[in-house]
Amino acid sequence: MSTLVLGKRSAGEWLETGAAWFLAFIWMLPLLYAFWAAFHPSEYATRFDITAPLTLDNFREAWSQAPFARYFLNTFILVTSILAAQFVLCTLAAYAFARFEFPGKSIAFALVLVQLMIMPEVLIVENYVTMSNLGLVDSILGVGLPYMASAFGIFLLRQTFKTIPYELDEAARLEGCSRLQVLWKVYVPLARQTYIAYGLVSVSYHWNNFLWPLVITNSVTTRPLTVGLAIFGAPESGVDWSIITAGTLLAVAPLLFAFLLFQRQFVQSFTRAGIK
Amino acid sequence: MIRFSPQSRIYGWLLLMPAAVFLIAFTYYPAVATLAKSFFSQGTALRPAEFIGLENYEFLADDDVFWTVVWNNVIYAIGTIPISIALAMLMAIWVNGRMPLKSLVRMSYFTPTVLPMIAVANIWLFFYTPDIGLLDQVGGLFGFAGHNWLGDPDTVLGCIIAITVWKEAGFFMIFYLAALQTLPPELEEAARLEGASRWYYFRRVMFPLLMPTTLFVLINAVINSFKLVDQLFILTKGGPDNASSLLLYYIYEVAFSFLDQTYASTLTVVLLATLAIIAIGQFVFLDKKVHYQ
Repeated sequence: MSTLVLGKRSAGEWLETGAAWFLAFIWMLPLLYAFWAAFHPSEYATRFDITAPLTLDNFREAWSQAPFARYFLNTFILVTSILAAQFVLCTLAAYAFARFEFPGKSIAFALVLVQLMIMPEVLIVENYVTMSNLGLVDSILGVGLPYMASAFGIFLLRQTFKTIPYELDEAARLEGCSRLQVLWKVYVPLARQTYIAYGLVSVSYHWNNFLWPLVITNSVTTRPLTVGLAIFGAPESGVDWSIITAGTLLAVAPLLFAFLLFQRQFVQSFTRAGIK
Repeated sequence: MIRFSPQSRIYGWLLLMPAAVFLIAFTYYPAVATLAKSFFSQGTALRPAEFIGLENYEFLADDDVFWTVVWNNVIYAIGTIPISIALAMLMAIWVNGRMPLKSLVRMSYFTPTVLPMIAVANIWLFFYTPDIGLLDQVGGLFGFAGHNWLGDPDTVLGCIIAITVWKEAGFFMIFYLAALQTLPPELEEAARLEGASRWYYFRRVMFPLLMPTTLFVLINAVINSFKLVDQLFILTKGGPDNASSLLLYYIYEVAFSFLDQTYASTLTVVLLATLAIIAIGQFVFLDKKVHYQ
C-alpha cells in the first residue's frame, strides 16, 4: 500500500500536510519566540527584524538577577531523592502485590489505586499542616515526602513483575537466594525498561511540579526552579521580557536538551507508562 | 501458584509496610482529616475549634465566589477536554501517516509535554500582552484593534483554555499513536478496495477501534481539568474579579492567602467528592482498565 502512493501526492494530501505543518509551527511558536527574545537585545523583544544583532547578555543578566544555580541544585536534589525513594518503596510494594498472598491484599491494592485519583496536589491544605507538625516546612524533604510512595509506580512495577515467570523465582530460591535477593537479582534487572520509563516520567513530572513546592517552600535554599522562576518572572519584580525568556530557557534547558537527545525513549516511556 | 503460607503473609505485609506508611500519612490521613475539619470551626489561640455541623457547607452554598469558580471549572473542562482530545487524535493520524518532516512534526507536537507549565506561562503572557503581544501584532496585520485579552472577563478563560489545550494535546497524541500502530493495516486496505472514503473509514472503523484509548485519555483530561492550575499563578492570579479562577486555585487562595483552613478544607471536600465521582464513573465505564489482572 505504501509503495503505491509514495510517488504522487494529491492536492488534498498536500493540503493536509500543510495543515499538519502549520499546527506544528503553532505548537513550537512559544519556544521559538522564547529563543528569539532571549538571544536578541531587549529592544527587539517585540519587534521581529531578521537583521537584529544576537547577544548572550540576557542570559548573563538573568543568571545574575536570580540564584539560578541554587535553584538548579534544589531541583536536582529534589528530583533525585524522590526518584530514589520511589524506586525502593514501589519495588518492595509491587513485589508484595505481584508475588505474595496475604490477608487484605485486594483491599490494600484498591486503596493504593485511590492515590491515582487523589494526588498530593489536591491535599495541599492538610499536608501543609502535617509538614508543619513534622517541622519540615521549607525543606526539600518536605517537598518530596508526599510523592515518595507512588501508586502509579507500584502499579506499573506490579504489572511488570507479574509477567516474569514464577519458575525463575523458584529456581533462584533453590539456589539459596533469600526473597529479597530474588527481588534484587531476578525481578529488578528484568524490569529495567519499566524503571527507565517510570524514571523519565517521574523526573519530568517533578522537574515541572509547581503548586506543592510553592506552598511548602519559602526560601532560596529550598525553592525548586519552577517556584524560583515564578518569582523571577512576576511583573512586580520589574524585569523585562528578554531577561524573563532567557531565565525561562535556562530553567527548561536541561529537560529540553535531554528530551531532544532521547526523544524516542521519552515518547516510548510516556506511552508505556500510560498504557499499562 | 503461590502458597498461602504464614511466612508469605508476614513477608507480604513487611514489603508493603514502607509504602503503606507514606500513603497513609500523605493520602488517606489527610483526606479523612480534611473531611473531619470541614465540620469544625476555625480554631484560634483563645478559642479552640468546635463542632459546627454543616455550617461551613452553608457558608459555601452562599459563597458567590465558590459558584463562580465552579462554573469556571465547568467551562474550563468543557473547553479543554473535547478540543484537546480531537486535536490529539488528528495529530496522531497525521504523524502516523506519510508526510515530509514527519519526525520534526511529531517532536513539535510533543514538546509542550516536557516543558513546565510555569515556564511556558511566562512566554504565553507575552502572546496575550495588549498591543505589543504577538496575538495583537498578528491581529493588527488583519486590521483588528488591540485587546486586553487577560484583563477582559469575557476572554480571559478562553486564553487559559488555549494554553491547556496546547500543553495537553501532544501528550494525549502519543496514546493515540500507540493505539493506531496496533491497528492491522489490512483494515484500511480493505476499506480502500471497497471504495470507502477516508472519512468513512475514520468514522466507521478507526474511531470505534480507538474507543478504549479515548476513554483512557478522557479520564486523564477530566482529572487534569481539576488539577492544572499552575498557569493562573503567572497569567491572571484568578482575575479579573475571579473570572479565571478555578477550584484548586481558589482552595490555594483561601488556605494560604486568606488563611482560612476550615473553609479551604470544605472546598477540598468538594474537589475530593468530584474526583470520587470521576473514579466511580471510570469504574463503571472503564472496568476493563480497572480490573487489572
